[in-house]
Amino acid sequence: MDWLDSIIKTFFDFDAMWQVFPQLLGVGLVNTLVISFAATVIGVVLGMIIAIMGISPSRWLRIPARIYTDIFRGLPAILTILLIGQGFARLSQQIFGPSPYPLGILALSLIASAYIGEIFRAGIQSVDRGQLEACRALGMSYGKAMRLVVVPQGIRRVLPALVNQFIAIVKDSSLVYFLGLLVSERELFRVGQDAAVLTGNLSPLVMAGLFYLVITVPLTHLVNYFDNRFRLGRRKPTPPKSGLDELDDVQPPMPITTGSNT
Amino acid sequence: MTYTSPLPVTDGQFYRGASLELRDVTMAYGDIDVIRGVSLTVEPGTTTCIIGPSGSGKSTLLRGVNRLHDPKGGDVLLAGESALRMKPERLRTRVGLVFQHFNLFPDHTALENVALALRNVKGMSKRESLSVAADRLADVGLAERSDHRPRDLSGGQQQRVAIARALAMEPEVMLFDEATSALDPELVKGVLNLMAGLAQRGMTMLVVTHEMGFARKVADQVVFMDEGLVVEAGTPEQLFDHPASPRLQRFLSEVL
Repeated sequence: MDWLDSIIKTFFDFDAMWQVFPQLLGVGLVNTLVISFAATVIGVVLGMIIAIMGISPSRWLRIPARIYTDIFRGLPAILTILLIGQGFARLSQQIFGPSPYPLGILALSLIASAYIGEIFRAGIQSVDRGQLEACRALGMSYGKAMRLVVVPQGIRRVLPALVNQFIAIVKDSSLVYFLGLLVSERELFRVGQDAAVLTGNLSPLVMAGLFYLVITVPLTHLVNYFDNRFRLGRRKPTPPKSGLDELDDVQPPMPITTGSNT
Repeated sequence: MTYTSPLPVTDGQFYRGASLELRDVTMAYGDIDVIRGVSLTVEPGTTTCIIGPSGSGKSTLLRGVNRLHDPKGGDVLLAGESALRMKPERLRTRVGLVFQHFNLFPDHTALENVALALRNVKGMSKRESLSVAADRLADVGLAERSDHRPRDLSGGQQQRVAIARALAMEPEVMLFDEATSALDPELVKGVLNLMAGLAQRGMTMLVVTHEMGFARKVADQVVFMDEGLVVEAGTPEQLFDHPASPRLQRFLSEVL
């Protein structure tokens, strides 16, 4: 069983895994989560702006939003990250110092905002047109109607899709390593990769992979749970009620006749 | 069918409906003309019912009155003032619209549905808006259901909330766009009674309806539209008992 032995040694060398564990937990996981959360928060804000522009009646807002979305959704993430990370390195140095960390977050945010913008746009556009009309008919401006009624309904519908997007960001955050991070800034993949190179064994990378799964798998199931709940509603079943009962709402009934003289 | 008012008229509650006049109104969807020169006058405090086959432009015409869809030509006069020269938001606080599918806000309670625009359009305080909203819900017989969400209300109740929501803005004219077409048959009467009550209390109403009984009993004027034109207009007796045009005769023979 030589081959089995070698597989176990290559991928599941517990000593190597255990050795890298503290670093993965203390450095890698923290940085992966920091990068992912920051990119998600910025991505949600930018995405909402892109979505609102994208459904605007004005083409001068719609067209730029469309171009922005097409570019950042159409490019490979690694290309965007390298272009932003290296292209703005000098500018970033003046603001943030030598670390490429903020630029990595920015690049991920831009990519995420293109996807999140589409998610929001789809959600907002799926809200029945009658909602906007009802607001307008009550004298609300377009902006008020969107802010108070339409957008909140749209957001609620796409919460599951947003969690999916967060999962995608967590995975994409590994690409930031291309920018060359300081030792203390390494995220899960880089920590695992460094240890793998050092030991000549892939087990640390497998361990890093397990960390990713610990984040992403529960979230996937949370999404499914929420998806069901949102779709089916959390309605308490109520006993059936006769439609005839509500005729008594209209009280007190006082017969009148109008129009004809009877 | 006799229409009963939800409230005794002796309660002293009256509306001061304004006059509404349409002058040669034309409307289009893109290049297609759907309203081709409609003129009609609704006297203050009276009810005009618009009847006609589907696709005749009835609903479009209502949307032209409150400018959810801007007319292409002609004019709409609200209490003598040109509605087309008013700010649309201002116009719409003076003209209430009730939709076929209610269009209540699903994530708000009945009370909040009525109060929302009071706060955000009329600038009322939270407390004031809730108190007015509660009064309007009581007017339509739904005081006890003010904390229900729309999905926990029947279609008839939802439509009554929608009417309360429109009335809360204190409109001078109410527009009804097939307000009972989406309701189960046993719930239609409750809504029609409510509308008859408004008519009786002096509201000016322009009502697109397929309820011929309501048009006959409650309307002061009935307008028959087809293909974007007013084919015939007059009292309910004239239109229902002595229809002049072959089109209206044909229409009535199909629906009555």
